[in-house]
Amino acid sequence: MSNKFLKYSSVTKKIVMSLAGLFLIVFLVMHLSINLLLLKSDDGAAYMQAVHFMTTNPIVKFMEIFLFGGFLLHIILGIVLQIQNWQARPVRYKVEGFSQKSFFSKYMIHTGAIIFVFLIIHFINFYFVKLGWVNPPEGVDKHDFYQMAGILFSNHFYAILYVILMIVLGFHLNHAFQSAFQSLGLNHTKYTPAIKAIGTIYSIVVPLGFAIIPLYFLLIK
Amino acid sequence: MNFTLKIWRQKNAKAKGKFVTYNIENISESCSFLEMLDILNNQLIEKGDDPVSFDHDCREGICGTCSLYINGRPHGPDDAVTTCQLHMRRFKDGDTIVIEPWRSGAFPVIRDLMVDRKAFDKIIQAGGFISVNTGGIPDANAILIPKDKADTAMDAAACIGCGACVAACKNASAMLFVSAKVSHLAVLPQGKAEASRRVQAMVAKMDELGFGNCTNTGACEAECPKQISIDNIARMNREFLGAKLGAQKQK
Amino acid sequence: MTVLDSKTPQGALADKWNNYKDHIALVNPANKRKLDVIVVGTGLAGASAAASLGALGFKVKAFCYQDSSRRAHSIAAQGGINAAKNYQNDGDSVYRLFYDTIKGGDYRAREANVYRLAEVSGDIIDQSVANGVPFAREYGGLLDNRSFGGAQVSRTFYARGQTGQQLLLGAYSAMSYQVNKGNVEIFSRHEMLDVVIIDGRARGIIARNLVTGEIERYAAHAVVIATGGYGNVFFLSTNAMGSNGTAAWKAHKKGAYFANPCFTQIHPTCIPVHGDYQSKLTLMSESLRNDGRIWVPKRKEDVEALRNGKIKPKDIAEENRDYYLERRYPAFGNLVPRDVASRAAKERCDAGFGVGETGLAVFLDFSSAINRLGKKVVEERYGNLFQMYEKIVDENPYETPMMIYPAVHYTMGGLWVDYELQSTVKGLFVAGEANFSDHGANRLGASALMQGLADGYFVLPYTMQNYLADQISVPRFDTNRSEFDEAEKQVKTLIDKLMNVKGSQPVDHFHRQLGKIMWDKVGMARNKKGLEEAVKEIQALRAEFWKDVRIPGEINEVNPELEKAIRVADFLELGELMAMDALHREESCGGHFREEYQTPDGEALRQDENFMYVAAWEYKGEGKYEMYKEPLNYEFIEVKQRNYK
Repeated sequence: MSNKFLKYSSVTKKIVMSLAGLFLIVFLVMHLSINLLLLKSDDGAAYMQAVHFMTTNPIVKFMEIFLFGGFLLHIILGIVLQIQNWQARPVRYKVEGFSQKSFFSKYMIHTGAIIFVFLIIHFINFYFVKLGWVNPPEGVDKHDFYQMAGILFSNHFYAILYVILMIVLGFHLNHAFQSAFQSLGLNHTKYTPAIKAIGTIYSIVVPLGFAIIPLYFLLIK
Repeated sequence: MNFTLKIWRQKNAKAKGKFVTYNIENISESCSFLEMLDILNNQLIEKGDDPVSFDHDCREGICGTCSLYINGRPHGPDDAVTTCQLHMRRFKDGDTIVIEPWRSGAFPVIRDLMVDRKAFDKIIQAGGFISVNTGGIPDANAILIPKDKADTAMDAAACIGCGACVAACKNASAMLFVSAKVSHLAVLPQGKAEASRRVQAMVAKMDELGFGNCTNTGACEAECPKQISIDNIARMNREFLGAKLGAQKQK
Repeated sequence: MTVLDSKTPQGALADKWNNYKDHIALVNPANKRKLDVIVVGTGLAGASAAASLGALGFKVKAFCYQDSSRRAHSIAAQGGINAAKNYQNDGDSVYRLFYDTIKGGDYRAREANVYRLAEVSGDIIDQSVANGVPFAREYGGLLDNRSFGGAQVSRTFYARGQTGQQLLLGAYSAMSYQVNKGNVEIFSRHEMLDVVIIDGRARGIIARNLVTGEIERYAAHAVVIATGGYGNVFFLSTNAMGSNGTAAWKAHKKGAYFANPCFTQIHPTCIPVHGDYQSKLTLMSESLRNDGRIWVPKRKEDVEALRNGKIKPKDIAEENRDYYLERRYPAFGNLVPRDVASRAAKERCDAGFGVGETGLAVFLDFSSAINRLGKKVVEERYGNLFQMYEKIVDENPYETPMMIYPAVHYTMGGLWVDYELQSTVKGLFVAGEANFSDHGANRLGASALMQGLADGYFVLPYTMQNYLADQISVPRFDTNRSEFDEAEKQVKTLIDKLMNVKGSQPVDHFHRQLGKIMWDKVGMARNKKGLEEAVKEIQALRAEFWKDVRIPGEINEVNPELEKAIRVADFLELGELMAMDALHREESCGGHFREEYQTPDGEALRQDENFMYVAAWEYKGEGKYEMYKEPLNYEFIEVKQRNYK
């Protein structure tokens, strides 16, 4: 598999990487809009309705394949590119780069790796439960994501971890958003500043939206 | 002014290198960085030591021969200059200056601070040209080139091929160099005819030579002595994507 | 005395080149690939020659000492390239470019060569545009021109302040195309140390691999030397650190005559010397003279006050400034040719009106241009040059005038070549600055690029083909032949001898001293006494060099000091020949100014009846030369005293 990836040119890999990334960026918005339903004080009725739709609708099920594909591509390509990058400089500098550069870009592989670990935890907590691979918490139905989320977020440790993770995600997205456009060659003197601004707003608003939920569960509920 | 210099010394490509510390005194602040190294070398020769080998030629910032990674920055602490244009007034008296060669798998060290940048020539030879022979050319004014196109091409063509972009990039990527050439020729009508073939050939050669991948950090642009913009990288990506999607299947 | 035959074709001036081309012998395509050509040097002349010969189908090996064939010092030319396109409708023509070049060269260049140069000048622009050179354009999309010293028309094409770079990269990419096609092979970090001559013809070279230190042999049917000029004999010059005369000098020692070695161009607009550690002089483009005005104070007390820091240049009132070029040459003003501008600066400084710490500088002032055009326009035109000046000198030229002084820039002299650019050694061609052919005693601005590319793109492909036409049955040479053994042995002996001196002084020590002798006595103004002293001093310095030079390191490794020593050893011989040539030429012309020969108001005074010839020197052993003359007959141009007033 990785051999096949290596054969593609660096630019192709970057383009696929950015397309997958942009797809995930769109997905995050959808994910967030559903999650925000948790805040509605209807004991999760609206949320559960959305979850029900997402888990049963055949089109969504079909799109799920792409979603996993996107994640997989993004992760594998990220690793392949990184290994190549390390190999490109076999001897490191004694004084490491003082060059001025975009701050978040330096840590994409690191923030990416943290997000990946969280993703596994996230799957264990929800998706695998739904599939029946993991047992749900006692007395909770395996489809009752509302209950599960409530239990998790009431756990201080998990909630704080979740908030920190969202900050890391924000870092990742801050560079990712505009970088994806650059990789795709979508660069324009007029529109690029706007893309950068939208990217910054996105990378703050979306993680913030996610982070509000555990804070709400922790502090208000 | 007095300085402590920590310089990478390596006898040849195969030898193991190490840092050696030298002290140098009474340097005028209007001395250029390379003149400071000349002084050091003449002192070393008089003492019977081996002088430090480094690449340099025109000493006016245009030939692209000089390199040197100085205190963590290619071409040193000044912006938009090459090492030969860097002057000692940019340092403080008593500073310690660490001087390293460009580090990249594709630029092996030849000796001390000299590296082999033939990889850049190979990339150009793979396609960084317009396929015309000498003679039989229409009048230069036969093709109208709008001023902004000519200016954009010139911005990219100003690249001196020094390799600072590779040296600065955390991934040792040559994207800025390659994209500058691709852009220069793709923007001009004369270069359009084979733009698609060119970008694919040059990217393939760049990959083959073991340069890293671009992660859009922008360090190359910040360190480029000719201030080549990473807009060129975007243009190259665009050209590449168009070439890959639009190209007919090879017969 | 033998008279040299330039092999200039018969016929009217305008027909000579066409007649020549119509009647040369050609090589058919199948035979071309059996013929090898070595090109030494990859500047404008070398790269364009390699590209063009490769495009014809010859197998070319191109050599350069730089780490890449894209770095030769042609790259540093800033201002532009002349071409008689008459795009500006201002009365330019091939004849006028020819006329300006001959006149600018003070009537010491060969008419037919210069006319050919003017004829092909337009093709160079076409060719360069086709190669992707991004020349400056008007908004309408047509090419833009600027004016330059020594001409009254705007015929100079330019690419910002980096014309040389862009033209060289154009030629380099044309050469890269031929590398891609397998017609050209490039040997970078290789320095030619001898030509190999077999049966009286140049058949190869000996080169040192500058990475491994190995001495290598290369054979070919013909050799082109395009290794630039020898201005570095002055130690401080605008040339690159590595620029050297070694290839040309080795060819000279093998029988190629050296023509007009004393013709050196001193460029008027360089940043003045500021310390004894200085390694090179930086040129500020001549184009600055389009809008900058050159002046020194009129009153000695102002000079004094400036030096003591009591006043600033802008404190000196307009009426107390001496715009000496405008005063002396009202017709051309600040745009007089380089030799005239340089000497005028020297005259003022020698008279005690020089400014700066050393008193060896004059002001180049943009304040009136800034007032007239606005800072923005000035910044657009010269921004990068101003920035460069500020980086080096730490003064802002928008606020205080620049200081400039003349510096050695170009050598009009070089290996003697005939109309076909062939030297006195058969099969050894010489192109670009390395030959002597087109600029006479002084070169006009923006003409070096023109000549280099003319030779490489449009002259050598014809003349070399004519030479190679009867070589098609000559098989490739074996580099194991005794001639190669002999040449290699000579090179190795020289290197061993240098390494074994094991003296006490680094190479730079001698080079700096040589430079001082040359600058003081064979520089901008020369006289009999000084030149005689220079010959003696150079001989003494050469003897000392061979006794006391210290070269560290080994032969078989990267050894920049050894490279320098080989070059300086040759400069120590060439410098002597320059002084001898200057001594023999008892006249003032162009860049060669003999103080004994000047008009009452200090202008150069030619002695046409005695010196209207090219002096070509044959090497007869160390310090011994025999001179041959090539008379210059001006059939198509009236010889006049140059007048820029």
